[in-house]
Amino acid sequence: MKKLLLLVVLVLASYTTFAGGYRVGVQGQRAIAMGHTGVAVVDNAELVFFNPAGLVYLENKLNVSAGASGIFTDVIYQNEEFGTSFQTDSSVGTPLNLYGSYQVNDWMAVGLGVYTPYGSEVSWPTDWSGSHLVNNIDLAAIFVQPVVSFKISDHFSIGGGPIYVTGSVNFNRNANRTTTDLEGNRANITVDDSGVTNWGWSVGAMFSPTDNFRVGFNYRSEIILEAEGGEATFANFPNSPAAPANGTTTFSAELPLPAELTIGVSYQYGEKWTFAFDYNRQFWDVYESLDLQFGNGATSINPRNYKNSSVYRFGAEYKATDKISLRAGYYRDESPVQPGYFAPETPRNDSDGFTGGLSFAINSKLAIDASFFYLRFEEVNASYDYYEENGQQVPFEGTYKSSAFAPGLGLTYKL
Amino acid sequence: MIKNTIKYFAILALGLVACEPEFDNPIEESGIYASGEADFSTYVALGNSLTAGYADGALYITGQENSYPNLLAQQFQLAGGGDFTQPLVEDNTGGLLLGGNQITPNRFVLAIDENGNPGPARYAGAAPTTDIANRLTGSFNNLGAPGAKSFHLVTEGYGNTANVPIGLANPYYARFASADNASILGDAVAQSPTFFSLWIGNNDILSYATSGGVGVDQTGNPDPSTYGGNDITDPGLFDNVYRTMVGTLVASGSKGVVLSLPDVTSIPYFTTVPFAPLSPLNPDFGPQIPTLNATYAGLNQAFAFLGVPERSIQFSTTAASAVVIKDESLTDISAQLTQVLTPTFGAELAAIYGAQYGQARQANANDLLVLPSSSAIAQLNTDRLTELVSFGLTQEQAGQLSVNGITFPLEDQYVLTAAEQALISAARTSYNASIRAVAEENGLAFYDAAADLAILANTGIPFDGGVVTSDFVTGGGFSLDGVHPTPRGHAIVTNGIIEAIENTYGASLPSVNPGDYGTITLSNEVN
Repeated sequence: MKKLLLLVVLVLASYTTFAGGYRVGVQGQRAIAMGHTGVAVVDNAELVFFNPAGLVYLENKLNVSAGASGIFTDVIYQNEEFGTSFQTDSSVGTPLNLYGSYQVNDWMAVGLGVYTPYGSEVSWPTDWSGSHLVNNIDLAAIFVQPVVSFKISDHFSIGGGPIYVTGSVNFNRNANRTTTDLEGNRANITVDDSGVTNWGWSVGAMFSPTDNFRVGFNYRSEIILEAEGGEATFANFPNSPAAPANGTTTFSAELPLPAELTIGVSYQYGEKWTFAFDYNRQFWDVYESLDLQFGNGATSINPRNYKNSSVYRFGAEYKATDKISLRAGYYRDESPVQPGYFAPETPRNDSDGFTGGLSFAINSKLAIDASFFYLRFEEVNASYDYYEENGQQVPFEGTYKSSAFAPGLGLTYKL
Repeated sequence: MIKNTIKYFAILALGLVACEPEFDNPIEESGIYASGEADFSTYVALGNSLTAGYADGALYITGQENSYPNLLAQQFQLAGGGDFTQPLVEDNTGGLLLGGNQITPNRFVLAIDENGNPGPARYAGAAPTTDIANRLTGSFNNLGAPGAKSFHLVTEGYGNTANVPIGLANPYYARFASADNASILGDAVAQSPTFFSLWIGNNDILSYATSGGVGVDQTGNPDPSTYGGNDITDPGLFDNVYRTMVGTLVASGSKGVVLSLPDVTSIPYFTTVPFAPLSPLNPDFGPQIPTLNATYAGLNQAFAFLGVPERSIQFSTTAASAVVIKDESLTDISAQLTQVLTPTFGAELAAIYGAQYGQARQANANDLLVLPSSSAIAQLNTDRLTELVSFGLTQEQAGQLSVNGITFPLEDQYVLTAAEQALISAARTSYNASIRAVAEENGLAFYDAAADLAILANTGIPFDGGVVTSDFVTGGGFSLDGVHPTPRGHAIVTNGIIEAIENTYGASLPSVNPGDYGTITLSNEVN
């Protein structure tokens, strides 16, 4: 039973999907409820992620925020010309976040965050018509970040800290559209690696010209995850000197976690209302190609050619009573995927996010936070044109539609 | 308040269900696909090996799964089509057993030899397990029986297992016939089909062709009980049988599609081995050319003396030479040749030469060498060697006279001569006229498979990953037996049939993507 429980926890802890590319914008229950704004909102320890500069303005000595969301995602695909239709296996991902901050003195605060801003989990039916591009992928990255926040003046603060990332990947796809073994089983390759680590950093600044108006800035650096010596498994290749041998070999690949710049404002209107706006710029152009080099000499070159993209976030909070705060938000998330590069491993086009949530204060120290978001993707006719057979481009095209729904729960503790 | 929170969460959870994405026009339900005047609810496919999904010289599961009727049925299912069952064999080895004894060989795979050269070889990685003594129960939508000729489809008892060993029944049909005295047409009609496909008649000429024309042209003889296995079926009989089959099938209101019969020159079995394959650069052959030409010079004088100088045999030292063949349509001059050669060689040897070259000539561009000739040409014919030794020649003399296509004329089975091709062509033209006429008379869809296969052989047919051609091994259209399509070839046929059905019945169906279907299978698990 204990083993089963452990398994369930491990499965749930696969840090999942959403937002453009493989960015997962689920880094705080209160923020999610407000359209995932927060670079200029001083409310709780979620600032470790959103803008460490703001931590020093928190009223309490100790602030802790923890939360998890369950993301329910579905992607459907169809191709009218060939009468094919497929749906991803509805995966449930559970991104987690844990933040704490401590006010050391009047002008300095320190904090620590553990969060999962990148990941992707997509499982198409095995051997579906796009199986030469992906059968399934599970990408996860855990960020661990200590931060420090300094108050330069009553109106201006800065903060930042190093980021330690540990990532893992499991990716399976068929070797091509047709190769099988003698029994007709499709030849496929699985790459698997975990404990891929690297370092990055983030810095933030906050300007508070008046008591009720703040401007925030935050920049998180790009981090390249370099998988070297991971395990690649070749399966169902025909038994022939003209085909790769079945079995395991190594692989190397690089996956960039792009830099992200956020600027935003928040405005407190009276005692009850807070409004926030964030603008995210995500520097996806670093993701030019996903290239795999295998230990047996095989290579796989997959142009991605992402472009930089923007997210526009709007949020509002209403303190209904002493105990209850209600929140709502909206964001527009532009896809970094350019026309002709729409690969079914991250089938994301432009989307609209609708969010909401509430906090219930059990007492003056502890509050329960609840959030949800619903991400609506427009139906899109798209293709990936850069798969090649014998030097000829073979587009994979069709109509895609996705949706994601994520309820989340968290706790905020202040002392 | 906590209660209320729970209530909100219940509402949120309900929202989950509503969040499943759905297309504006889901292909399953938006009426994009339609059957038109046709009704695909019960589709039966009648035919031979092509219909059965036979490929690589055997019937095996993945070949059956990629048969054009099965591909077609999958597309029909988006327009009201029902389940489509096939008499799947037991394995992917191919090869049939009868009472535990293997009666047909395993499939071909593409093997790479120790020098890195690819070539077809019989798969030996697993033993065949399909025993035709185990008859399947139930009815089958795919009634394709490899080897069947037109008249076989109406022959009762064609699936009687007891008659398989004596050649009067078909081992493939014996596996799934509804009864010992059943016929394929009867088993089709019993399913009350709403739609049928019929592609039959290929073997009525093909067995004659693949055997290099060793059979007899039975044109004018409408009695199939007098036919040999490699004979050409009488076009009159074909027309009669074809009308019977279609008439029976449409009697209950079924719609259908019929297919024309391709030219043998569309098929790599006949187009792969060139008539002049003997290269002077070949170290086993080139150095021998002067000796061979010197030897043939004497024979050529005799040919000239006998008034047939066109039969002269000579090998070029600068270009590839044609093989020496036996052409049964030539006047047999063995006796005269023996007489002319006797003064030079003595009676005994002259008789051997006379017999060996009495109908010999070098091949020309009008001759088609069949695929199996590639492994015979320039090889020592051990049967002939043994025979010659028994005539009193030394081992060395006998060996020199027993090299296939160089000193020993390639036998009839390896060559389809122009005269033989003319017989095939005449019969095929007549069959196709019958098929088209019957289609028109009954308002059936007609797919000119012959036209598409000719394009495949000439320019190829483009698909999203290149061009499919009928080139052997590399073209992608034909399996390793050189006669039957690959899955990709079946996909092309499927698309052709779909277009014909759309045109005739106003149906609207999705096509299949040939690029998603494989070609040949590699394996080095061979003997």
